[in-house]
Amino acid sequence: MKLLFELGTSGRHCDILPPCDVPEMSPECLRKKELRLPHLSETEISRHYTELEKQVYGVNDGFYPLGSCTMKYNPKINEAMAALPGFAKLHPLQPDYTVQGALELLRRTEKYLCEITGMDAMNFQPAAGAHGEFTGLLMIRAFHQKNGEKNRTKIIVPDSAHGTNPASAAMAGYTVVSVPSGEDGCVDLEKLKEAVGEDTAGLMLTNPNTVGLFDKNILEITRIIHDAGGLCYYDGANLNAVMGITRPGDMGFDIIHLNLHKTFSAPHGGGGPGSGPVGCKKDLAEFLPGPVTEEKEDGSSGFAVPESSIGAVRSFYGNFLVIVKAFAYLLTLGADGIPEAARNAVLNANYLKKKLEEFCPMAYPGTCMHEFVMTMKDLKDRTGVAALDIAKGLLDNGIHPPTMYFPLIVREALMVEPTETESRETLDEAAEGFRALYQRALENPDEIHEAPVKTPVRRLDEVRAARKPVLRYFYD
Amino acid sequence: MGTYIPNTGNEQREMLEEAGFQSFDDLYTEIPECVRLNRKLDLPEGSPELSVRRQVEALAGRNRIFNYIFRGAGAYNHYIPAVVEEVASKERFVTAYTPYQAEISQGILQSIFEYQTMICELTGMEASNASVYDGASAAAEAAAMCTDRKRKTVLASAAINPGVYQVLKTYCFGSGNRLVPVPEKNGVTDLKKLREMLSAECACFYVEQPNYFGQVEDVETMADIVHEAGAKLVAGGNPIAMALLRTPGECGADVAVGEGQPLGIPLSFGGPYLGFMAATKEMFRRLPGRMVGETSDAGGNRGYVLTLQAREQHIRREKAGSNICSNEALCAVRAAAYMAVMGEEGLRETARQCYSKAHYFQKKLKTAGLSRVYPGDFFHEFVTRSDIPSRMILKKLEDHGILGGLPLDETRILWCVTELNTKEEMDEAVRIVEEVAGS
Repeated sequence: MKLLFELGTSGRHCDILPPCDVPEMSPECLRKKELRLPHLSETEISRHYTELEKQVYGVNDGFYPLGSCTMKYNPKINEAMAALPGFAKLHPLQPDYTVQGALELLRRTEKYLCEITGMDAMNFQPAAGAHGEFTGLLMIRAFHQKNGEKNRTKIIVPDSAHGTNPASAAMAGYTVVSVPSGEDGCVDLEKLKEAVGEDTAGLMLTNPNTVGLFDKNILEITRIIHDAGGLCYYDGANLNAVMGITRPGDMGFDIIHLNLHKTFSAPHGGGGPGSGPVGCKKDLAEFLPGPVTEEKEDGSSGFAVPESSIGAVRSFYGNFLVIVKAFAYLLTLGADGIPEAARNAVLNANYLKKKLEEFCPMAYPGTCMHEFVMTMKDLKDRTGVAALDIAKGLLDNGIHPPTMYFPLIVREALMVEPTETESRETLDEAAEGFRALYQRALENPDEIHEAPVKTPVRRLDEVRAARKPVLRYFYD
Repeated sequence: MGTYIPNTGNEQREMLEEAGFQSFDDLYTEIPECVRLNRKLDLPEGSPELSVRRQVEALAGRNRIFNYIFRGAGAYNHYIPAVVEEVASKERFVTAYTPYQAEISQGILQSIFEYQTMICELTGMEASNASVYDGASAAAEAAAMCTDRKRKTVLASAAINPGVYQVLKTYCFGSGNRLVPVPEKNGVTDLKKLREMLSAECACFYVEQPNYFGQVEDVETMADIVHEAGAKLVAGGNPIAMALLRTPGECGADVAVGEGQPLGIPLSFGGPYLGFMAATKEMFRRLPGRMVGETSDAGGNRGYVLTLQAREQHIRREKAGSNICSNEALCAVRAAAYMAVMGEEGLRETARQCYSKAHYFQKKLKTAGLSRVYPGDFFHEFVTRSDIPSRMILKKLEDHGILGGLPLDETRILWCVTELNTKEEMDEAVRIVEEVAGS
């Protein structure tokens, strides 16, 4: 497909602005090189993007079992609510008394999310999950500093963790201590006990963990960290499995982040915007980033900066319109709908797992939570067909592949998360499609190495892209 | 109760059975009793769509939308062409995940590649990433790109947006880098002080063009001063202004960053916005986050992939330069569509109108008794001083449906004018200010 820059011709344009109605003036310090942008009519631009959209697989194109990403259906009412002029046209620096509705929305969302997670306070500034992690870790740092414990320089992260966990810890100035997982995929308590000490600042953990299992030793884990003087950070990536069933606050976690773009149905936008609010227990609220919402003496809402705030991690109050979407979702599901979503996410995962394990080895047997990890190791050993090949083969079947090669502790991993918004038929069809592909891989492995063949482009040469990076179009 | 679960209660029971479970409780046997909630959540009962709509619309209705806006300070009210809004609403762009599976994500990848190209054109830099959270976090990430073991001090002009300064400070708290403000003089960075403060420990100097007060900075001279000391120049800037003013690349910046919100993104009470980042050939491999690169497929056809991933957290873990994973992809697509619709002439015209109208309004306000605080050229924001308390002026404007400038203190106001402000509404605003002054 042509690029915007290869379309149109000099002179074509869209007529958008009326002529200037005041005397025209020009600054002194002008740019020397002429700006070069496309010369296009509106028809061309509009068609270009319609063409591009056809080459994207969205949530409504079919099954999207991307493990750890919670690709549930994105309700349309949420989009409509976020587009309301009463939200979209608000300047972030309007006087408080002109934005009371927006402030109330933030405060109510905070209250609902605190109830779901067992936290006492929350801030919406972080713009994504990783941003939330960074924020939470800075709060841990500020907490220890205030207590005069500057020697606490280490963050413990299981080896099964998402890459953002250690990266966030490093950005917050910490040394990362990686603890190996046990054979069951859960935290090895003995190894954890060996890892903690006077230099422990805290632990980062998801529960259910990244292999899709609930770590039943969770109270013991958080106690070991607390006894050593550390704090426990909950990565909310996998909250969808346990909303309304159990709460990170009750498992012993002190600080959490949520992914509103996963768990609370806001769409992912092809890579963002997300929203990664950070919640904490009462004793830590003074360290939250600022500004946070507060109730003023006259009952109205306003903003304030917490007493020992780590500072701002972004401009203004976070990705507000994403929060509006999560709010609409919370109102829709309510007290019963939230746990119902969790239960069905777990049901769908176990239902699909049962069907797939008839022919495909699972990394961990038994009941899973909202996702499970398959391993293509046997298949690869027998036929040379790797997890990557299976993923590419699924593309030809109209299924978005599961997450590949994560977690790192499972060889040839494919991680499947169906979510609660898929019907039984979809799961059945996906299972059959996968079975057929697996069979083909055994019988005719070379064919799978060629996949995909039905997509707009075939397998792309990533090595070439990285070796000689072409990151922009150059005009002749 | 609203729900998005397709399967009926009966189907769910059948599925449980097929999967080998008696009940939903059986799914959760691994969760110890002592950490179970075992009570209903204290949330409102769920609602059908129409009730949700009514409740949310009621909240939106309690916010005031101003017809005329003269406030900027980091969030700018520009016209958004209809086709831009439509592109950003396309369902697949809205709902897709990060384009890990390139073969079914060419639409997003190509859009981002086009965005990267246009950001390079706008900034005059060699390479752009696929976006970060916002302008402030872009500045903080850029500062982190420049620091190393020997150079751990970040200098930032005191004339930058205070919100950006706050975020720089927070990120420095994490990294252990030292953030030091370089004083301003007459509303712009004090070059003499900058020269004195630079040392062998300085990693970079961050400045904004135009700065927080709307003033045009001498970025070219700063680049010379900073480079003489062996440090890098990080140039923040308003993307609309870049269509007209000397670009960061032309000024000699090593990294260019900024808040992309003016490029077709609604005010949205502060977010989602867009942080853009671009760098020179020497620096681009240190850019954080996603980057899209061109390559070819097995059949030799052109295609696009996420590339240079060896810099990133999912490969490098704690050794990665940044932890960023999700960015603001949809906002980047929006910005690209905006730049394509406006074209080079449209974007220049937008910038010219911002400049011309701001200067018209400033002169008018001066006749109404609000004199300009700083000398020198400005783009589309400026600061006035007056004996009349700021809040009195702004209150009166609000009474007439006008959001006036941002009060910096009791006597100073930071005004902003864009192409959306007509001569009539500027004249009306001035009349109202005159009324306050006369009473």
